[in-house]
Amino acid sequence: MSPKLLEVEGLTTGFRTQAGQVVQVLRNVSLEMQRGETLGLVGESGCGKTTFGMTMLGHLRPGGQVIAGSVRFEGVDLFSLAPDELAKIRGQRVAVIPQSASSALTPTMRVGEQIAEVLTLHLGLAGLELQERVLELLTQARLPQVDELVSRFPHELSGGQLQRVAIAMGLAGKPELLVLDEPTTGLDVTTQAHILDLLREIQKSTGTAMLYISHDMGAIARVCDRLAVMYAGEIVEDGAIDDVFADPVHPYTRGLLGSVPRLSYAGLPQAMAGRPPAPGEDAVGCAFVPRCAFADETCKTIDPALEPTNRAGTLPHLVQCHHWQRVLASGASGQMQDLKAGIDQGVQPEPLLDLAEVDITYAKRGLAALAARWRGEPEPPTTVSGFTITIHRGETLALVGESGSGKSTIARTIAGLLPPREGRISFGQQDLAAEVESRPAEMHRKIQIIFQNPDASLNPRHTVKQILDAPLRLYFEMDQKGRLDRSASLLEEVRLTPRYLDRHPGQISGGEKQRVAVARAFAAEPDLVLCDEVTSALDVSVQAAVLELLAGLQADRGAAYLFISHDLAVVRAIADRVAVLYQGRICEVGPVVDIYTPPYHPYTETLLAAVPEPVPGARAQLLAKDVQEAEPPAQGCCFQRRCPRRIGSICDDETPPSQVAAEGHFIRCHIPLAELRESQVNLISPAEIATHGIVADAQ
Amino acid sequence: MRSLSSVPKRLAQSLGWFAQVWRSLRRSRQGTIGLIIVIVHMFIAVASPYIVPYAHHDIDGKNRLAAPSAEHPFGTDSFGRDLFTRVLLGGRAAIGVALLAAAIAVLWGGLLGILLAFIGGRVDEVVMRLIDALLAIPGLLVVLLIVVALGTGFSVLILTLGYAYGVSTVRVARGAALGYVASDFITAARARGERKTNIVLRELIPNLLDVLLVEYVMRASWALTAISSLSYLGFGIAPPTPDWGRMVFENQVLLAISPWGTLFPVIALASLIIGINLAGDALSKAIGLDRSQEAPT
Repeated sequence: MSPKLLEVEGLTTGFRTQAGQVVQVLRNVSLEMQRGETLGLVGESGCGKTTFGMTMLGHLRPGGQVIAGSVRFEGVDLFSLAPDELAKIRGQRVAVIPQSASSALTPTMRVGEQIAEVLTLHLGLAGLELQERVLELLTQARLPQVDELVSRFPHELSGGQLQRVAIAMGLAGKPELLVLDEPTTGLDVTTQAHILDLLREIQKSTGTAMLYISHDMGAIARVCDRLAVMYAGEIVEDGAIDDVFADPVHPYTRGLLGSVPRLSYAGLPQAMAGRPPAPGEDAVGCAFVPRCAFADETCKTIDPALEPTNRAGTLPHLVQCHHWQRVLASGASGQMQDLKAGIDQGVQPEPLLDLAEVDITYAKRGLAALAARWRGEPEPPTTVSGFTITIHRGETLALVGESGSGKSTIARTIAGLLPPREGRISFGQQDLAAEVESRPAEMHRKIQIIFQNPDASLNPRHTVKQILDAPLRLYFEMDQKGRLDRSASLLEEVRLTPRYLDRHPGQISGGEKQRVAVARAFAAEPDLVLCDEVTSALDVSVQAAVLELLAGLQADRGAAYLFISHDLAVVRAIADRVAVLYQGRICEVGPVVDIYTPPYHPYTETLLAAVPEPVPGARAQLLAKDVQEAEPPAQGCCFQRRCPRRIGSICDDETPPSQVAAEGHFIRCHIPLAELRESQVNLISPAEIATHGIVADAQ
Repeated sequence: MRSLSSVPKRLAQSLGWFAQVWRSLRRSRQGTIGLIIVIVHMFIAVASPYIVPYAHHDIDGKNRLAAPSAEHPFGTDSFGRDLFTRVLLGGRAAIGVALLAAAIAVLWGGLLGILLAFIGGRVDEVVMRLIDALLAIPGLLVVLLIVVALGTGFSVLILTLGYAYGVSTVRVARGAALGYVASDFITAARARGERKTNIVLRELIPNLLDVLLVEYVMRASWALTAISSLSYLGFGIAPPTPDWGRMVFENQVLLAISPWGTLFPVIALASLIIGINLAGDALSKAIGLDRSQEAPT
């Protein structure tokens, strides 16, 4: 085996614009991969990660071209191959596992057939041998009941199962290199933990090299041995994962690592200013200059080269920075800021919003419901049941849970968009009408929503000025001049400049759009802001900035937040109290400190154990089974089917009692609290996170 | 009060959008050709009364059924009327009726479709079934029936065609609006407590103007075909106003002796309709719609 598995040398790719200019996407990328190596590739969106991953398959986007350099796979230059030779390498020796398995699989073909197709095409298998291999691959991807699963269609499987099928498909040709493009993005945290564990296991058993492309430092830390950081189409740092995480030497890597919220730290992550340049925006010198605290005149004129740091370590540690020694000497990385200490004092005991025994259902109503009952169809269980909670003035209550747990449903109900079937909602001691149309204007003003995806929540045909004008026009008696001035000052409050007033949402970046959405909510001077997964669609660096903004605005304005999120690390950074929701039922509710330390509800414990902390070598404890439930059970504990601590039939039959663990901390579980406390470990202590790996490996 | 001072700026924004669409339109060769044809036709329609060499009813008794010559560039018909004059003037009435009819169609059909999508529920259900029932009757048949019953005045023609093409516009506008009704910015507007009229006018309609614009262009082209067909059948533009469809009818019996009276109006009509279609397709592509699935009613 003389040649290296993969050698990328001075690769520069680009495309020609309509004006005829050549715009570079990847710039002078050099990288080597050994057999069996797992290399993580991180960077913000738009830095060229996926473009780079696709060149491993000899693929360029339409209109793309290789300007210089080469990609050699086992000594063969991929871009010099004829299409049929390239086809032999793709899928068989290099395979890709895409981000969205649901859109990569053919919806009209059974999953077994789709895998069989790959086997027939690349290995020429047929008949019994083919069928056996399909089952073997699906079993290897740890899918249950494979005999029955092969004849299912993609839409009949859950997101996690689909990703496993995609992994089985990727492994079908026994490739030497697997390119994984954000394979767990969009999956629930527990599912993600299972998939990451599976990838690690596959890597160990097959020795396949993996190029793992992700923006998720935690996922990378679990799967990879080596890390490469990409910025503006260049590799800026490359080294063993332990070295890079412990002592990042490029300011960008430091910024990225610092902006990741961590379970083990209660403060807000440190935001990184600015955004990566778009292809074609590059100037002379280092591309990171506008965002770099270490930049000087040298950086502006001379583009640094990727050079070894010659530091002790298992792998060479490369960096592309003039001042890496200074960066290294500047002290610990991943600084966080403890903004929360100041905000906690803002919490007043006065209740603002009260939800009492609220049931919400999407079931048919009116005539259709009568017709269904007449046909003898059983009534479906309610999406949210017996939901009781109080939000106090100025506090942040987080609602956490996996997708489908009813978090957004509750926000919609509070906003008056989805009337509850049962229960009472009151706001500031007054009953709140169920329908938004029947609420007084003052109530509209007091409750505002910020949505997950600013692309959808801002009207693409409106300018920022029109967007901000809407709440001002509705709620306040201001003349046009006054509204314009107010809009401008709102933009400044969300750290944008009034220059943005005349832009359309399509002309600004995702993070900026979300800031506009935040400004729109705060234009109303609300008492309560419903934040529905507001940072999920953003890059970590941008997420940190938006979190900081929200915390700052709360400190200034004293608004309460209902902060809906699936990310427990983010919640720990921003919340005062947390409610853990499973299948529309509250499992546990309490102050943030209590929620993150034992005793935990078994579901909270499952979620916490699954969070991928950015600590190399750490692995999740896979507590609960990776199943997705469509409906809550008819009786007993809502978590009965997945609970790792099930104690028997009592869980199936009886609704668990609400046990008081501390003041304001309730756990709904049949297991006595003392027993829970004794058997559980503190899942947010750094020591515990680091030793997870040992626990899991020993099993 | 609010709109007055922001008009120039908003105009500039929409001009920016139009400029973008215009550039995209110009990039397509078919679109450019279509656009040129349409512009030439529109110019002729507007300017023809001032540039034609004769009056459309002037009879040159010595030159009946004449072939093209310097005196009569397109020849003359059986009465000795100048065909060049009549072809140049023959589109005016039809184009005017078609543009107005399409405007009426898109206005009521588009508005109803958008409202139905926004209201939803049972109202939408019932009205759409009614629209489906109306769509089941062939459009030209309905138009013929009404015109025969009410006579062939301009206003009858415009209103009838405006009604007939509006019915199918309802479906298109509703379909396009449905894509936006469930979007977060509409939800945000509802949660904010905006009045329904404001949601439709401010939030929804600006997103549908592009669809309606393309719809307007295509409906105009179909309305033009319909009017010419009606005129040919004797129910459209009434003599003595010159009209291409009518001219084809008048001159077709003499096709073997003197083809000019049929040929030139056909070329004029066909070129205009092809031009509108080329421009319309390029326009829809420039805006980002694909009309290839749609068929005329």
